[in-house]
Amino acid sequence: TGSMLKSKTFLKKTRSGRVLKVVREHYLRDDIWCGSELCVECRQESPPPPVLQRDACRESSLCASRHYIIPDTNVVLHQIDILEDPLINNVIILQTVLQEVRHRSAPIYKRIKDVIHNASKHFYTFTNEHHRETFIEREQGESANDRNDRAIRTAARWYSEHLKKAPDGEELQVILLTDDKGNREKAEGCGVIAYKCEEYIKSLIGSPELMDRLALCTDDANEITSSKILFPEHLPLSRIQAGIKSGTFLQGVFRASRDNYLEATVFVQGDGDDGTEILIQGLQNLNRAVHQDLVAVELLPRNLWVTPSSVVLVDEGPKGDEDGDGDEEEQKMLKCDASESMLKPTGKIVGIIKRNWRPFCGMLSRSEIKEATRHLFTPADRRIPRIRIETRQASALMGQRIMVAIDGWPKSSRYPNGHFVRSLGSAGDKETETEVLLLEHDVPHQPFSQAVLSFLPKMPWAIAEEKHDHFLRHICIELVDPPGCTDIDDALHCRDLGNGNLEVGVHIADVSHFIRPGNTLDQEAASRGTTVYLCEKRIDMVPELLSSNLCSLRCNVDRLAFSCIWEMNHNAEIISTRFTKSVINSKASLTYAEAQLRIDDTNMNDDVTRSLRGLNALAKILKKRRIDKGALTLSSPEVRFHMDSETHDPIDLQAKELKETNSLVEEFMLLANISVAQKIYDEFSECALLRKHPAPPPSNYDILSKAAKAKGLVIRTDSAKALADSLDMAQVEGFSYFNTLLRILGTRCMMQAVYFCSGMDSDFHHYGLASPIYTHFTSPIRRYADIIVHRLLAVAIGADCTYSDLMDKHKQAALCNNLNYRHKMAQYAQRASVAFHTQLFFKSRGIQNEDGYILFVRKNAIIVLIPKFGLEGTVFFENKEKRGPRLLFDEEVPSLTVEGHTFNMFDRVKVTISLDASNIQHQKIRMALLEPVIPGVSMSPPEMEPEAKRVKLI
Amino acid sequence: MAGLELLSDQGYRLDGRKPSELRKVQARMGIFTRADGSAYIEQGNTKALAVVYGPHEVRGSRSKTLHDRAVINCQYSMATFSTAERKRRPHGDRKSSEMSLHLKQTFEAAILTQLYPRSQIDIYVKILQSDGGNYSACVNAATLAVIDAGIPIRDYVCACSAGFVEDTPLVDLCHAEETGSGTAVALALLPRGGQIALLQMDARLHQDHLDPVMEAAMTACRSLGQVLDGVVRQHLQEVSILTGE
Repeated sequence: TGSMLKSKTFLKKTRSGRVLKVVREHYLRDDIWCGSELCVECRQESPPPPVLQRDACRESSLCASRHYIIPDTNVVLHQIDILEDPLINNVIILQTVLQEVRHRSAPIYKRIKDVIHNASKHFYTFTNEHHRETFIEREQGESANDRNDRAIRTAARWYSEHLKKAPDGEELQVILLTDDKGNREKAEGCGVIAYKCEEYIKSLIGSPELMDRLALCTDDANEITSSKILFPEHLPLSRIQAGIKSGTFLQGVFRASRDNYLEATVFVQGDGDDGTEILIQGLQNLNRAVHQDLVAVELLPRNLWVTPSSVVLVDEGPKGDEDGDGDEEEQKMLKCDASESMLKPTGKIVGIIKRNWRPFCGMLSRSEIKEATRHLFTPADRRIPRIRIETRQASALMGQRIMVAIDGWPKSSRYPNGHFVRSLGSAGDKETETEVLLLEHDVPHQPFSQAVLSFLPKMPWAIAEEKHDHFLRHICIELVDPPGCTDIDDALHCRDLGNGNLEVGVHIADVSHFIRPGNTLDQEAASRGTTVYLCEKRIDMVPELLSSNLCSLRCNVDRLAFSCIWEMNHNAEIISTRFTKSVINSKASLTYAEAQLRIDDTNMNDDVTRSLRGLNALAKILKKRRIDKGALTLSSPEVRFHMDSETHDPIDLQAKELKETNSLVEEFMLLANISVAQKIYDEFSECALLRKHPAPPPSNYDILSKAAKAKGLVIRTDSAKALADSLDMAQVEGFSYFNTLLRILGTRCMMQAVYFCSGMDSDFHHYGLASPIYTHFTSPIRRYADIIVHRLLAVAIGADCTYSDLMDKHKQAALCNNLNYRHKMAQYAQRASVAFHTQLFFKSRGIQNEDGYILFVRKNAIIVLIPKFGLEGTVFFENKEKRGPRLLFDEEVPSLTVEGHTFNMFDRVKVTISLDASNIQHQKIRMALLEPVIPGVSMSPPEMEPEAKRVKLI
Repeated sequence: MAGLELLSDQGYRLDGRKPSELRKVQARMGIFTRADGSAYIEQGNTKALAVVYGPHEVRGSRSKTLHDRAVINCQYSMATFSTAERKRRPHGDRKSSEMSLHLKQTFEAAILTQLYPRSQIDIYVKILQSDGGNYSACVNAATLAVIDAGIPIRDYVCACSAGFVEDTPLVDLCHAEETGSGTAVALALLPRGGQIALLQMDARLHQDHLDPVMEAAMTACRSLGQVLDGVVRQHLQEVSILTGE
């Protein structure tokens, strides 16, 4: 094997405090393939399919013939958006370039690698550093950068000569793209065609939109020289590091204020869990930091400390493109007198340690000047500053949701410079808005790639008989699922064993049979973490073939399942538990309502119905036992839309209701989850994936206690059991909704339940369910955590083999972090989707008058819940334009007195609901008070004539 | 800053080798005339020298004498200048005693010791330059030295290291790969019969991955065996020309 290697040893680098001489071998090879379809010269023992096409077609006015592109490092780093465009293909990425990109930017490295893996893009990585003819040594006095540039030129030259040798390779050219003028000249000197990236993209015929995606580059010749310097210079990283070490600077995450563009805080992580917040005020002090950047702050002297201002300031800035001076007045508005005690540590940004820019969604606000090509972009997220972009298609982009990436923020510019990435569609459109909320909540929602789909089983698929010895086909199995659900992942059965005991089984789709650890499908599912349910759309975690077919336990077909089977007596005490992989064939598919009907109908006496009754009886006992132990029954108003089947517009809105059978299924799922959690923890005490729900700190309950006290009730919160009991007791005569309101409030006091790895934590308790241990096992189609739990359980019962990542608690902890993040974001996305559909609903309905209850009382507003829609809204008593009514806020009760009328929590009010569409990017539901009537504050009920749909509110 | 990328997507390692390729091996036998046997080997940048004395009477305490076979005495050391940092290396530190023990065990399995009862064979190995795979270089050098000394052995003892990166077994690790990959297996093989003389693994490796790593290491050992065989034949040819036979 060792014979064809050419050995080349050289000194590579010296590093660390002490100077070390690192010697590495460097083998040069002559078997590295050029990757072109044309080439006949490069020998390969088993040639992989060629990457670069024979017909590398791209019409360019600069280069008439077919050509391949070689970008240099800076082009890859800055113009990755261009390279990602489907129009750009047949590109050679040199190893030198790839390595440099890897050192300089991890996210770009990831993106360029994704592009290289995409077969349709025809990107080829040429290992030039190990090729005998393209490797060059660094010369005396040559900098590393210069050497790399030379290496790139050498490789480009080799390519053009190499391809000329191929039959009909004469007309195939190789083009070097570089923005460095010196490099271009040298390249032309040695016979390589080189263009500036911008120049080349401009020359492409028939794709003017690519121009907009060009990043604005500060090419030395092209720099916009502005006489005015608006911002102080950022300190270099070395000085920042020194400053942080000596304590003069602090390092933290920059968080822009949502309401005031001139204000922000920097969160500085202290020792342990606590951290401090430093206030930053004013454009100069904010010094070009963008939300989520990692920044260095210097504290101002104490006499310059200020208080956070309560004004709402939206950056309307100077119109158009000029870097104006209008800001000064607004800056003055911030100044307000405040007592000494209110002052907060205030600082200024001295440098940026790490930018955390991502592409932002938003809309274009067009320049006043008609022919201008530079426009301002307003991001949907109010914490992000407006971005200046250059585009020629402004008129086409108006009214559209677009994505923009920031390229840089020069110190002479009021706004950061960016470039257009892509258009998402017109604003207000259902698809566009869905896309926006998915992007803003970081929900991966692209269609599954070919690589992922390749791991799906081939259809038609049938269960390989011999492999599965455990058949449960004969046992009667029924499913109970919400109507209209296609990803059915659970089934139940119950039968009399004849010895006075019952056999109860929970059967969960065996997703881990199809998703094998480590393959692309698995990685994709792990990164998605969960299926996201939006109002009219589902973003699957696994491809549809699995979620809606192979892993969906539909009735009358054989399906693979993972079963948890208990033997129970009639008191629902577990006598034995076993877990097994099985094949099931469900006999009936019932909705919750149908199941309820069957249980109630005394005439029905078939297998399915008897089984249902058995389960129902057990479930009631289980539920009672659980509640006796202190499990909480909380409530949150959930909304369900009735969609128009054609247009998918919401036509009705109602709160979800619960039936007994809902809780039947839930009880057995909980029981299965607890049994499985215990089993995997017994088996793998270090690496079991569990779910915990920490008890909330007592102060969280303050609002609940106060609310109850106002009605003369006492809520005890010292334990979950006490809380559950006192919630049950809390009834007010003639106010049946009161209890639900309390429970809604109780939900707000809770902590988030999280996944964790048992080896990394010691507190396993699940507060809400009052269970010492808990995990998720029952929905592997839509939650990745369940897949891991399935794998652990399969190993525990010897049904599957293990793999290293499963047993690595650090890797599992990292996975848990991702899952928790994805679950949180999915929840937010879901809420945003509900909010958007509520808006659509009220847009079509016009103004509505509804009864509601006050859920919270704030300083200047009340928050009202409309039980009919499960909708929550805020009624403000302050007005920006005119002086508001007299307000008196009592924090102790809490209550708010407006012009003599006192609002308490849970008071009944009547409000009008309408849609405020004045800001197209941020439409919102607006509520206004109707009853009780307070002169000057409440409104007179508008006439409810059908024509008066768009009554303009005051 | 990310660490080193040990294996690129194109399937090349840091130094340009493919996963299953060995470093360049160069070896010479009969370096010193005073010793009974000696050899020098270079595997890439790892350079080792081995010297063999014996079989001779047991020196020192008589109690060590074995009545049915020869005693094998191994001593491993590293030159002060062998690593990037110059370091005083005292004799008998924990690492080199362990390595000496491993070498002893390896060669007890290979040398036909029962032919020399009540005698002793000394093997001294020194690493002159270290760049990963010290154990393998020592074993390979010692094999050549033992052959040079004319001591009968069952087969060449060929040793090679292997690691596991990105689901691919890498063979004959260099220093950067040894420290970066986490797991390194050292394997000494008698290639003809396929017996394993020694297998050593310090870090954890998942059971499922052990087989491919072993397979790769064994293939590498076999190719190394061919290289060593070539060296021995070449040496014999030179010697026989000199002696005029």
